[in-house]
Amino acid sequence: MSTLAITTTGLARERRWGAISLIAAAWLAFLFFLVLPLGVVLSEALKQGYASFFTAVLEPDAIAALKLTLLAVGISVPLNLVFGLAAAWCVSKYEFRGKSLLVTLIDLPFSVSPIVAGLIYVLLFGAQGFFGDWLAEHDIQIIFAVPGIVLATLFVTVPFVARELIPLMQQQGTQEEEAARLLGASGWQMFWHVTLPNIRWGLMYGVVLCTARALGEFGAVSVVSGHIRGFTNTLPLHVEILYNEYNHVAAFSVATLLLLMALVMLLVKQWVQEKKGMI
Amino acid sequence: MALRPSPVIPGFNLTLGYTLVYLSLIVLLPLAGMLVYASKLSWPEFYAIVSHDRVLAALKLSFGAALAAALLNGLVGTLLAWVLVRYRFPGRKIIDALIDLPFALPTAVAGIALTALYAPRGWVGQWANEIALKIAYTPLGIILALTFVTLPFVVRTVQPVLEDIPRELEEAASCLGANKFQVLRHVLIPALLPAWLTGFTLAFARAVGEYGSVIFIAGNMPGKTEILPLLIMVKLDQYDYLGATAIGVMMLAVSFVFLLLINLLQRRISRG
Repeated sequence: MSTLAITTTGLARERRWGAISLIAAAWLAFLFFLVLPLGVVLSEALKQGYASFFTAVLEPDAIAALKLTLLAVGISVPLNLVFGLAAAWCVSKYEFRGKSLLVTLIDLPFSVSPIVAGLIYVLLFGAQGFFGDWLAEHDIQIIFAVPGIVLATLFVTVPFVARELIPLMQQQGTQEEEAARLLGASGWQMFWHVTLPNIRWGLMYGVVLCTARALGEFGAVSVVSGHIRGFTNTLPLHVEILYNEYNHVAAFSVATLLLLMALVMLLVKQWVQEKKGMI
Repeated sequence: MALRPSPVIPGFNLTLGYTLVYLSLIVLLPLAGMLVYASKLSWPEFYAIVSHDRVLAALKLSFGAALAAALLNGLVGTLLAWVLVRYRFPGRKIIDALIDLPFALPTAVAGIALTALYAPRGWVGQWANEIALKIAYTPLGIILALTFVTLPFVVRTVQPVLEDIPRELEEAASCLGANKFQVLRHVLIPALLPAWLTGFTLAFARAVGEYGSVIFIAGNMPGKTEILPLLIMVKLDQYDYLGATAIGVMMLAVSFVFLLLINLLQRRISRG
């Protein structure tokens, strides 16, 4: 009896030490990979005090960049939201041939390098591109202008909402919608009163992910932007310009602004996730 | 839960039509346009561009660093997922919430932050310097940057699967006399491997194409620390559209082959 007691406490102690060392390792990895980079951004931004931080963030070029970033987000997120709803609807409520191919194609932008995403639009609308001459004749500029930035942002954020909604709506099936229809609801009534309440948190989650990516997209936008200060500079591109000018304090100040936006996104995401878990 | 065609539910033509038109306009036609553009090159011309030493060096670096980062992620990510699921400890919620930070943080911000951290005078860089280890402006720095931006993939794919494995399964195995490694080998690894591979693949695919977080820390020396996406940028800046296109097409092709192979491997594992 006593030997058994000894071996179990021995085992428990061994387990306990195993757990503690694993938790410690996880904490170390977390501090090393995630917390240190965060700390660096803040410490570099505030190196010369709060005054220079606010100067960098409130400078006209930074404000213009912020406005352009918000414009790109404001256009690309709603468009991809509507697309995500339509795509998830047809994929989850019906059977048709080529469905799995369609789902693969929706995910395609995730496996294309952002630089290639920018490149394809340059090949279409750039001076040497397919529509280059036509656009020049009609005095329309897409590349090195705002439309190009919006298009590039659209491309990289296409899958986010659809990807969140498809598994959710597949799991929910079609019974509730069928019931609504049989009780006499019109198509829109069914959508507003049955489908939307069921998917709202998944939808929000997709929108948050999509917004975060649209706010921070760099590679694709960098290809089509032309880096014209005050005109075609988004916030992430503004960070790059300041950094390359060795204006590190300003670069990290604008980076801090983006970091704060990212943290807000994470908070909203966490909140949505908890709501989603409750349903 | 089999889906039947639902004649009662309206909107099939509308939603499918809209999905196809939108996807074609934004994604498929522009991508096809790149292939058409590349067809202006003959095979020997195409081959001459992509077999250039500088391109091959960038190819090796991009895919090698992405592979290393995905593997490193496979280790660190599994550790984090395991600890988050299996233990309750102080700070668990904070770690769980901040794991997604690399997805939310603009890659350019990650790039300059990691450069400042690993540069010879940075917080980590100065310690590495003492043991004569250079991180920033070397392939090691690229790997660390790629590991940062892809960190959430493995954690977030393994975590839900791990949560669903009943603890009783492991307990039953050890009651039946299996030692720790046997439990790992015969219970945990088979259950986790498909999810792990998915996370690994996502991380790898993202890392191959990653640009913003890498260019600051890489130093961008042709042939040494220059990644493929940057090389496309360089060609575009020189108005060498055909060269950029050829490299872009090659990147797509190589990624496609890699993903196909991993997909096949995954199928074999989930079957066997």
